[in-house]
Amino acid sequence: MPWTKVPIDKSEFENTLGKEGLRGRSYRQALLEAQTQLLESDPSVFVIGEGVDDAGGVFGSTLGLAQKFGKERVLDIPIAENGLTGIAVGAAICGMRPVFVHMRMDFLPMCMDQLVNHAAKWRYMTGGRLNVPLVARSIAGRGWGSAAQHSQALHGLFNHIPGLKIALPATPYDAKGLLISAVRDGNPVLFCEHRWLYDFTGYVPEEMYTVPLGQAVTRRKGGDVTIIALSLMVYEAVKAASALEAEGIDAEVIDPRTLVPLDEAALLESVKKTGRVIIADTGVKTGGASAEIAAVIAEKGFEFLKAPALRVGSPDSPVPASPELEKLYYPGANEIAKAARALCGKK
Amino acid sequence: MTAADSRAVRLELLRLMLKIRVFEEKIVSVYPAQDMKTPVHLYIGQEAIAAGVCANLRAEDYVFSTHRNHGHYLAKGANLDGIVAELYGKTGGCSKGKGGSMHLVDTDAGCMGTSAIVGGSLALGTGAALAIKMRGENRLSAIFFGDGAADEGTFQESLNFAALKKLPVLFVCENNFYATNSPQSARHSVPEIYKRAEAFGIPAAHPDGNDADAVYEAASIAAAHIRAGNGPYFLQCDTYRWKGHVGPDCDFEKGCRPRAELDKWLERCPVKTYQARLLKSGGITEQELAQMRARITAEVEAAWDFAKKSPYPGPRELLTDVYK
Repeated sequence: MPWTKVPIDKSEFENTLGKEGLRGRSYRQALLEAQTQLLESDPSVFVIGEGVDDAGGVFGSTLGLAQKFGKERVLDIPIAENGLTGIAVGAAICGMRPVFVHMRMDFLPMCMDQLVNHAAKWRYMTGGRLNVPLVARSIAGRGWGSAAQHSQALHGLFNHIPGLKIALPATPYDAKGLLISAVRDGNPVLFCEHRWLYDFTGYVPEEMYTVPLGQAVTRRKGGDVTIIALSLMVYEAVKAASALEAEGIDAEVIDPRTLVPLDEAALLESVKKTGRVIIADTGVKTGGASAEIAAVIAEKGFEFLKAPALRVGSPDSPVPASPELEKLYYPGANEIAKAARALCGKK
Repeated sequence: MTAADSRAVRLELLRLMLKIRVFEEKIVSVYPAQDMKTPVHLYIGQEAIAAGVCANLRAEDYVFSTHRNHGHYLAKGANLDGIVAELYGKTGGCSKGKGGSMHLVDTDAGCMGTSAIVGGSLALGTGAALAIKMRGENRLSAIFFGDGAADEGTFQESLNFAALKKLPVLFVCENNFYATNSPQSARHSVPEIYKRAEAFGIPAAHPDGNDADAVYEAASIAAAHIRAGNGPYFLQCDTYRWKGHVGPDCDFEKGCRPRAELDKWLERCPVKTYQARLLKSGGITEQELAQMRARITAEVEAAWDFAKKSPYPGPRELLTDVYK
C-alpha cells in the first residue's frame, strides 16, 4: 500500500510512487498541512510555542500559519515552558485543542510538572468529568555537535506515565494522519518527531485523513526475524533488511507508530511468526521504549522466542558533541543487521 | 451605598462563611473515626476570602483551586453531596472517589478541578482565561492560591502571560503566612506579594482577608475591572489557618507556630466578627441566625448521609477514566 511505503530518499519516491502519479510531500510539509487543515476545520484548535510565528517556522513545520490564521491562533510565547504548558492544559480543560510546539524535545523536561502531574492526571482525578485534549509536538535533534541538551529522544521517559499517549511518526503520511488523530483524540498526546525525518518524502494525500493511535504497520514482510523500529530507526531497519536479504535473512520490519497505546497484538503476531526480535529505538536503551517493548514480548510472547530479544539503541551516556563520538553514540542499519545476524546464527 | 451594604449581600456572605465553618468542623469531629481516608487541608479561619470573592462570581465563571479547596468549592455553589462522598472515596463523589479531598470538581458550578501541586492551578486558571478570551465568552477565571504558590515559577509565568494577553483572570492570593510549616519570613524577600503583580502591570488590592466586607468590596472592583475587558486583577488577602497544614488538629503544640500568634488570629475570627457586625447593625436577628445555622447543619448532615450510603467503587473503576 502506498501509505505504508518507506522511500529511503526523495529520488526513491520519485522513481516509484511519484511515477504512479501519487502526491509526494516532505515530513515537514505533511506536518504543516495537518496543522493548516486542523486550524481551518476546528475553531478550538490553536498552535502555541516559542517561535511558531517566526521566519523559520519551527524548521518549516509552522511556516505561514500565523499569516494565515492570525497571531491569536498561532501564538508566540514567553520562554516559560512549564507555565505555558499549564496554560495550554487549562485551555484544553475548558474545551480548546492546543498544539504546543517545542523546537527540541530537550525542552519537555522543563514542562514535566504540567505534563506529568496535571495533563496526565486531570481526567482521572476528576473522575472522567474533564479531559485534556492537548498535543505537545517536540523534535528530537541529532548531529552537528548539538550535544547533550539539544539531541535527546526522551519519549521513553514519558512511557512511564499513565494518562499520556505517545506518537512517533516515521513517515510523512503518518506525520499528517497521526497529528490529526492526536488533536482529535481528547487525551494529552506527546507527538515525538525527529529532525532528520523532516526532509523525507512520501505519499501524502491532500484531504484530511487519520492514522489511528495504537495501530502498528508492517513496513516490510519477512519470516526470519522481526525488527520493531521506532521513528528514524524505521529507515535504518528497512536499510538493514535490504542488506540482510542479500545474505539470505528475511527480516520483517514493524513500526508501532505509537508507543502509547502500543499495538501489542501486531508485535506479538510477528514475533510468533519469526521467533526472533530486535527492537531498534532512537533513545537510550536503559529504562526506555525498547526496554518496555522487550518486556512486553518476554511476558506475553516468551514461548514464541527462539533466541533472546535484542535491543539496538544508544548507550547510557549524554549525547556527545564531537563528530567522532556521535558516530559511536548513534546505532543504525549496520548495528541492526549485526544483531539480526547474531539472532539468525550467521556472522 | 456600596454593594456590601445591601442586606442580601451581607446575609449571603455570612451564609457562605457559616457553611464552610460548619462543614469543616464536621470533618474535625468525624476524622478521628478514621473512615475518612483522605488528607484534609482545612480552611477554618480563612472563610471570609472564599465568601467575599465567590459572592462576586457567576455560575458560569471558572474557579481553580488548591489542596486547601473545600471553602472555594462550597462558596462557588458546588454540590455538597459530591464533596462529602468524595472525601469518603465513594462512587457518589464529585470525582467518583478517584480524587479525594485534594481533587474536587463540579463543572456545573464552574469548579474545573484543583491541583495539589503548589502553583499548578495558577497556570491552569490562566489557560482557562485564554480559552475564554479566544472564544469571546462573557465569564472570568478566578484562581485561589496561597503565599507558597508565589514562590513557584508558575506564579511569575502566569501573571506575566495574563497581563501580556489581558486575560480575564482574578488572582486571589490567600496569604496565611505559612507554606506547610515554613513561615513567609523564611521565603519572601518582600512580604507584599501584590507588589509583584503590580510589577507585571496588574492592578492589585490588599484587603483584610479576615473581613468578608473588605474582601467582597475589593473583589467587586476586581470583577468589574475584569468583566470590562481590562485584563487581570490581583488580590492579596492576609489571613491565618487555624489548623495545621494537613489534618484536623492544630499544630502549635508541635512547635510549628507560636501559640500567641494563633491566639491573636483566633480573636479575629472572620465568622464570629461578621455575625457580631450583622447582629449589631440589625442585618440579622439572633433567631434568624439560629435558623440559618440550623438549615446549614441539616444540609451538611444530609450530605453525610448521602456519602455514607454511596457505595465504594468496584474493581472496574480502577482503570476507567485514565483515558477518554
